Amino acid sequence: MKNKKFFLLALIAALSLVLAACGFGGDSKSGDDNKSTDDSKTDDSGSSKKELKLVVASEPPSLHPQLATDTTSGAVLNEVFEGLTRLDSDTVPQPGMAEEWEESEDGLTYTFHLRDAKWSNGDPVVAEDFIYAWTWGLDPENMSEYASILYPIKGAQAFNEGKGSVEDLGLKAEDDKTLVVTLENPTPYFLQLTAFKTMAPLNQKAVEANEDWYTDAGDDYVTNGPFKLASWKHNDSIVLEKNEDYWDAANVDLEKVSIGMVEEESTAVTQFKKGEIDFLGSPFQTVALDSIDSFKSEDKLNISDQAGVYWYKLNTTDEVMKNKNIRKALTLAINRQELINSVTKGEQKPALGMVPVAIEGFEEDRGYYKDNDIEEAKKALEAGLKELGIAKAEDLEIKISMNTSEAHAAIAQFIQEGWNKELGIKTTLDNSEWQVYLEKLNMLDYQVGRMGWIADYNDAYSFLEMYTTADNGNNDTGWENPEYKSLMEQSIKELDANKRLDLLKQAEAIGMEEFPVAPIYYYTNLYVVGDHVKNMAPDVLGNFQLKNVKLD
Amino acid sequence: MFKYILKRLGYMLLALFVIVTVTFFLMRLAPGSPFASERNFPPAIEEKLNETYGLNNPWYIQYKDYLIDAATFNFGESMKYKARSTNDMIAESFPVSLTLGIEAMLIAIGMGVLLGVISALYHNKFPDYAATIIAVLGISVPSFILASVMQYFLAYKLDLFPTAGWNGFIYSILPAFAIALAHMGFIAKLTRSSMLEQSNSDYVKMARAKGLGKWKVVFKHSLRNALLPVVTYLGPLTAGVVTGSFIVEQIFAIPGLGKHFVQSITNRDYTVIMGTTVFYSIILLFTVFIVDILYSIIDPRIKLKGEKKS
Repeated sequence: MKNKKFFLLALIAALSLVLAACGFGGDSKSGDDNKSTDDSKTDDSGSSKKELKLVVASEPPSLHPQLATDTTSGAVLNEVFEGLTRLDSDTVPQPGMAEEWEESEDGLTYTFHLRDAKWSNGDPVVAEDFIYAWTWGLDPENMSEYASILYPIKGAQAFNEGKGSVEDLGLKAEDDKTLVVTLENPTPYFLQLTAFKTMAPLNQKAVEANEDWYTDAGDDYVTNGPFKLASWKHNDSIVLEKNEDYWDAANVDLEKVSIGMVEEESTAVTQFKKGEIDFLGSPFQTVALDSIDSFKSEDKLNISDQAGVYWYKLNTTDEVMKNKNIRKALTLAINRQELINSVTKGEQKPALGMVPVAIEGFEEDRGYYKDNDIEEAKKALEAGLKELGIAKAEDLEIKISMNTSEAHAAIAQFIQEGWNKELGIKTTLDNSEWQVYLEKLNMLDYQVGRMGWIADYNDAYSFLEMYTTADNGNNDTGWENPEYKSLMEQSIKELDANKRLDLLKQAEAIGMEEFPVAPIYYYTNLYVVGDHVKNMAPDVLGNFQLKNVKLD
Repeated sequence: MFKYILKRLGYMLLALFVIVTVTFFLMRLAPGSPFASERNFPPAIEEKLNETYGLNNPWYIQYKDYLIDAATFNFGESMKYKARSTNDMIAESFPVSLTLGIEAMLIAIGMGVLLGVISALYHNKFPDYAATIIAVLGISVPSFILASVMQYFLAYKLDLFPTAGWNGFIYSILPAFAIALAHMGFIAKLTRSSMLEQSNSDYVKMARAKGLGKWKVVFKHSLRNALLPVVTYLGPLTAGVVTGSFIVEQIFAIPGLGKHFVQSITNRDYTVIMGTTVFYSIILLFTVFIVDILYSIIDPRIKLKGEKKS
């Protein structure tokens, strides 16, 4: 009996030890932090601490500028690092680490003059830091999945694919403050790319001192942006603090940005309504579909165009889908406006081309086809059936593939009904998990497959480039066209902006005659902002510049 | 006793081996690749990634590597979260789930046993009905509904609790209740039925006849016997609760282990799948083992095999 009592006592002791050891997340230090965040207006110092509270949907997979591929990581990296340039709200490149730059006549050489800026470890930011970072990203040993952003640099693609050498890269530091970059082709959007996360500099000393420098906040995480990574509790929260040594620190209003990680959309909406967070809208979680109406009725919802398109890829190697007329019929017989009004609800724009209206030069409709043009669709279907030797539309069965998601399923069901009602085609839906779905698309194991494309830089090239050749990794339709290819090649060499735009439009026109894709809608950014937050809005690429955000 | 423990440990190792094997083959049979990505990258890079994580090797080599990894508890780096080791991910998130789980267990056991005893003592009277209604509601309302409803009313409308996050004790109350209520209901029902059984037994009648009060009999005599089925239930409950609830953790944005179970699979993050599976199996096997030992302490009639001989 005594023994048993002792055992129970030991058990209780062990339990309480465990409880005491793990605690509830907030250790004493962060507990104090939280107190001050709860009532930020009455900080100890008396002065109000300007803190912006945000949430993201998931843990950023990587806070390494060259390894990151997703928008969540990108949103944080854009604040803690700074490239040669930084985009303003119209995606026009403004001086960042480079104070000024010159472009050569032929558009192939850029000379950047760096400003006197400092890393968070006190080192000066020098031209070598950029060369080091870009070379690191291109080195196939480092397995950067986004290295293709660097391909405009001379010799970059060859080096990344293991065919070239470091020496052949078009990068040269004339002195500490002068960086000369030679490009493969004139790239009109190159100064936008230098603002992109993949082209941010790295502090060589910090990277070489600790291989895993980017997995945690701390002294090893050396940055040069307007904010510093103050803490990173994995799967829980990220805190950014103003970088007092940043060159433009005088104009940075926010002192602290805390970013929680909340996966559930409805929880984020509740947090916003309760005032626990100041902003909602991708990449800082999203305005959940079922809350759109309520935000709209309160006049709180903001909507702006985004450089992205939601489209159905059409597998041109498939038995049925190889027929151009069938592809045309399917593309035309979609009632996009009705889909937007009743299903997606975000005031997206019906996509009547491959390049979104948010892209410069493509604001106007190019008139390739009309939305919901049933008459033309029926004609095309008839022609297509004849060519395929199929008697009736009812004999045609088409499968729409998508990754598992309620939103994609709702869109597919709407389109399925339209095709069935207007064209009499039988359609089945097929969903699979994301990682499986991506492989299916890649292996051309589908007929009609949904996909989205959001541009990394504000240029039509981003949307058209993938269809240049059938074996382009992002094509996924098996489609190619010699004329399209030659137009795209000409556009790369073209220096005159208007002529280039014209070439791109001609290429798009070919694409919209042959329909390797059925564009559905152009994305919009939906967001809601707390009343006291000023100047916080996404640009067309979905970027935020928190250094410009002001709090009342 | 010692022999028995050794034997059980042997069985546990065997079970673990079977689990690791089955997981490995199921995982590799499932279509999809961890490196499939929306933006394509050169085949050379993909090749390099596969090579780094050993996915190019024939299956028996990979299988051998996994067995070694599992045996040494070194599962390697996550394929999704760059340069983060699976062990770190578990080490960071498990304490959170454990804390929440223990809190939920205390609530579930405490309230469950209390409700069960009340309804047994006031059999077929109002307290019995009330307790039964609470218990049945607890069992039948899914935890994610409960979580959302509590979040909406208690956190948002009444502003009694924070909406989500993990920054102190107050943040744990709603999620702990959301996890606990279903188990509480179950424990209440278990306790009630076995208490009823006990109160018809001779020794309870005897104790009552001697003049002991209702509650005194419960605590001195019958509860101890009635708890046996509850203890059985405790093993799997502990394993399930302390390793985190995916849904509840998601709704309350708690950085626990629960999500890794689900997300590692959708991401095809092989190293994390193996890590979490082995970890969960060990916990499950151990709690069941401990429960078996607890039996002999609570009920001296139960002799563990092998004990007689020693």
